[in-house]
Order: sequence, then C-alpha cells, then structure tokens
Amino acid sequence: MKVEIKDSAFKPYEEIEHYQLSLQIQGRYGAVATFVGSMRDFNDDQQVSGMMLEHYPGMTEKHIEKICQQAMEKWTLLDVLVIHRVGEINIGDAIVTIAVWAAHRGDAMDACRLILEDLKSQAPFWKKEHAKGGDRWVKNNTSGYVRSEE
Amino acid sequence: MSITVKYFALLREQAGKSQENIDYRSGMTVAEVWQTVMNGDLPPDIKVAVNMEYTRADRGLDDGDEVAFFPSVTGG
Repeated sequence: MKVEIKDSAFKPYEEIEHYQLSLQIQGRYGAVATFVGSMRDFNDDQQVSGMMLEHYPGMTEKHIEKICQQAMEKWTLLDVLVIHRVGEINIGDAIVTIAVWAAHRGDAMDACRLILEDLKSQAPFWKKEHAKGGDRWVKNNTSGYVRSEE
Repeated sequence: MSITVKYFALLREQAGKSQENIDYRSGMTVAEVWQTVMNGDLPPDIKVAVNMEYTRADRGLDDGDEVAFFPSVTGG
C-alpha cells in the first residue's frame, strides 16, 4: 500500500504504471480499478480559474492509510495506491488518483469506490476555489452525480 | 503543561493563526479548549481531532495533546 501527498502536478497514469511495475504481483491480479479526479473549470454554476488545496500534514496521510486498511480487510485486495494533490491547483490538473489491484473485478471496483467516497467525506483536505466573484471555501463536496444536483 | 491547538481552512483564517499553545488543566476536554480560545460553545458542525484522530467534544485530554479544529472536509 502506498499513500502520497504531492504539492506539485503529477501524471496519474504514469504513477499507476510505475507503482505497478514495483509490485511483485505479476500474474496474480485479474483486475485493476482506477479513479482519477481532476480540476473542473466550474462549480456551483460559477466559473473557477483554479484552487488552493489545504491539508493537515500527518493526519491526512494517517487517515487515508486507515481507509485503505479498512478496504483491505473488507475485500480481498493485492495492493492499493492513493495519490492526492495539495497546494495551488490549475484547471485540468489531477487532484486524486486511486488504483486498486485484486484477483477479481468486484473486489477491485467496490474497494476503489469505497476508498474514494471515504476519502472525500473524511480525509482532512479543504478546497478554496478562485472563482469569478472572488476566492471562496468549498462548503461540501457534490454528490458525484449531475442529476442529483438539479 | 500545555495543549497545542491547530486551526485549518476557514477557521485558520478566522483565528488569524494556524496554531497556538494553551495551558493544560487536569480533566480538560476538547469542548473546554474551544471555550478557552474562542469564548463560546463549540458549534456542532466543527470537526475535532486529538493527536490526529477524529474524536468527540467531550473527549478528555492529557498534557501535551494536539487538538485540531476544522470545518467539513472537501478533498478528492
């Protein structure tokens, strides 16, 4: 398992490939579930030009590790990678990457989803958007679906 | 004999500082730390952590503990 907080832009698919090459699980995994979350140029019907992402050094890493550990206890997984950006983020930058390796797709996909949702609702990060009307703290994450926002 | 108090995001901006130290008193709780630094009751929507673990407002503290206050998280 690897959890990393990065303060500069990263290439999610290169990171996943690089980590996979370092694992001694070739031939054992039948599924790799991945998620990449990126910075949009809009939120709450307003144009956004970028954002600052703050975290709680120490607790953030510790809490994500706990979330991954819980997923590894709930499903049969081979390995988990989580990378999350902090600092100044530009439109289009990757914010978070999650990759889960497992023998079977159900374990990999369910665990990837749970790690993401738990990270979004519990891991200590805070977004401050640079919006057209000025900087603003994001109060809550969206539900993850367009229709429920309507 | 002290407690380190940390603030994040909007709370950090409102406090005008990211952390401070306050005197530790035996039997002190997280809610009492907030009373000491903010002169009011801890709002229910403020999250609290002690030594980097989520906890409740009535959690008792030990000398040297790190208490953090922050708003709802918005990562990912």
